[in-house]
Amino acid sequence: MDLSAINPVLLIASLMVAATPILLAAIGELVVEKSGVLNLGVEGMMIIGAVSGFAIAVESGSPWLGFVASAVAGAVFSLLFVLLTQVAKANQVASGLALTLTGLGLSALLGQSYVGIRPPQMGKLDIPLLSDLPVLGPILFGHDPILYLGIALTAGVWALLKFTRAGLVLRAVGENHDAAHALGYKVIRIRIMAIMFGGACAGLGGAYISLIRVPQWTEGMTAGVGWIALALVVFASWKPWRALLGAYLFGGVTVVQLNLQAAGVAIPVEYLAMSPYVITIIVLVILSADKSSAPAALGRNFHASR
Amino acid sequence: MIRLEKRPQPSRAWSLATPLVAVLATMLFGGLLFAALGKDPVEAIRTIFWDPLFGEFAFYYRPQLLIKGAPLVLIAIGLSLGFKAGIWNIGAEGQYIMGAIVGASVGLAFYPYEAWYIFPLMVIGGALGGWIWAMIPAVLKVRFGTNEILVSLMLVYVAEQLLASASLRFLKNPEGFGFPGSRNLQSYESAFNADLIEGSGMHWGVVAAFIAVIFAYVLLNRHMVGFHIRLTGEAPRAAKFAGVNPARLILLCLGISGALAGLAGLFEVSGPAGQISIDFNVGYGFTAIIVAFLGRLHPVGILLAGGLMALTYIGGDIAQSNLGLPSAAIQLFQGMLLFFLLALDLLTNFRVSLRKVEVA
Repeated sequence: MDLSAINPVLLIASLMVAATPILLAAIGELVVEKSGVLNLGVEGMMIIGAVSGFAIAVESGSPWLGFVASAVAGAVFSLLFVLLTQVAKANQVASGLALTLTGLGLSALLGQSYVGIRPPQMGKLDIPLLSDLPVLGPILFGHDPILYLGIALTAGVWALLKFTRAGLVLRAVGENHDAAHALGYKVIRIRIMAIMFGGACAGLGGAYISLIRVPQWTEGMTAGVGWIALALVVFASWKPWRALLGAYLFGGVTVVQLNLQAAGVAIPVEYLAMSPYVITIIVLVILSADKSSAPAALGRNFHASR
Repeated sequence: MIRLEKRPQPSRAWSLATPLVAVLATMLFGGLLFAALGKDPVEAIRTIFWDPLFGEFAFYYRPQLLIKGAPLVLIAIGLSLGFKAGIWNIGAEGQYIMGAIVGASVGLAFYPYEAWYIFPLMVIGGALGGWIWAMIPAVLKVRFGTNEILVSLMLVYVAEQLLASASLRFLKNPEGFGFPGSRNLQSYESAFNADLIEGSGMHWGVVAAFIAVIFAYVLLNRHMVGFHIRLTGEAPRAAKFAGVNPARLILLCLGISGALAGLAGLFEVSGPAGQISIDFNVGYGFTAIIVAFLGRLHPVGILLAGGLMALTYIGGDIAQSNLGLPSAAIQLFQGMLLFFLLALDLLTNFRVSLRKVEVA
């Protein structure tokens, strides 16, 4: 065992990379849940984003196009959820599960011919002087652009929910859809837009795994990240900055256990590999006492009776 | 303009018809999917739904129907109790794995001693393993209000790691030449869950599945607990006034579904699978969710739905080897089935009418 091989600067830098897919998916789901919809299909939308982003990036040779495609694919795929819950008024829990199961099957089918290929690489941010700083350089200025996009999205969603009229309407729909409807807001339309935004974010998160984090395509490669993102929204009490904090915490756990595996700690690999999931459960338990900040209409379908 | 009017009562006719319509719609769209993959859609559908039952080699596939259907029905029956009451156990896959690990451990602890009581002890162990794994989300929900959906699902990944650990380490066959996986229970007579009638596919798991169906039917229709389950799902407020204890219901529903999933895992590991290995679980726990919904959360419906899903597994395997249809296509096919079912449920709960556009 050689713990001195673990470089703390690299650890923090790779922690941020590991956290980004969770963060992207969680921010999207946070907006969805703020509108009063519980979409359990995050895992499915992520893996669809992962495969379509990967395929487009490989075919076009441009990772940028890949990311755009993944967001579009995630949003389009989330329309299936829209169809079930907003049009057909089906149970949201069951519909989310249907989305995940369908997504896992569809992605495996689409990705068959892409197994074992290396995708084109996305360049890293390289600012002269700043990126060369000894400690801060690799941590703050040495990442790929999508990682910064994740942080920017967090700030954007925070500002949207807190300061804008659109954010207020979104929250109103999530707290009491009947009242929002009575005020003349288009409840269903707003929810559809929120769900599609969530789908696009989950798609981006998935593509981040297949294009940057791993980078490779394998079947079922999201391995529960979508579910962790769902847990993260609860952890964050539906607050964007806490989602960022939570994502970095989970990213940290993942990276530390990978580093411990590599360093050859006496703990068997399987027990290290299960740690992110166990810690998710523990964190959920600690934080689930406070449910006051959950949107009041979460998980309830809206049907205008007149 | 299409208008939806909520029915005062769900339509009974549509409630029975939607699963059939969903299956037909899935066949149709599945056919289109197979055509898009460059396969003859009619031949593919026939291979999946007809050949296992009536084809040339049906004598081989029919027993498979029982082998694949039994775990699906066992798990789905347990899940349906919770789903009815709005308690979402989606981690049956993990409980299935834990049942297999605990049950197999009990059996292997006796190896090579032969006795009649070893298999019954393994059955108890399997049920206990699944039960304990389901008790984690149940107790956390009752005690701390933790979301059971997320906890039960996280525990699937934990169970998968434990399974890897079991097959690489603590249950590894000492005479296995270093290969991962436990001793094969099929060659250990006291622990082998053999066919009750040679070659029929009828092992103890199938018997247990039928018993579970009857048990669930009686529970839901003739017992106070079943009434409470249905009441909680359909009218939570009324259930509260009627004095239903939600904590007890959560512990009971998750406990039963965990124990049944554990049993399914044990019967699988001691029979058809034979040993604990890294790829022991094949997603029965997730497919059972589809089975439960396809069977309308009704015990008899689940029995039929389990048979149908088993058919898609077997037919999918045949289509894979004969037509080169990718296994992912079958997975997608099963997902589509749930999708159509949920979408068509609109007709059960709403009346669709065409009207002129009104000013809102």
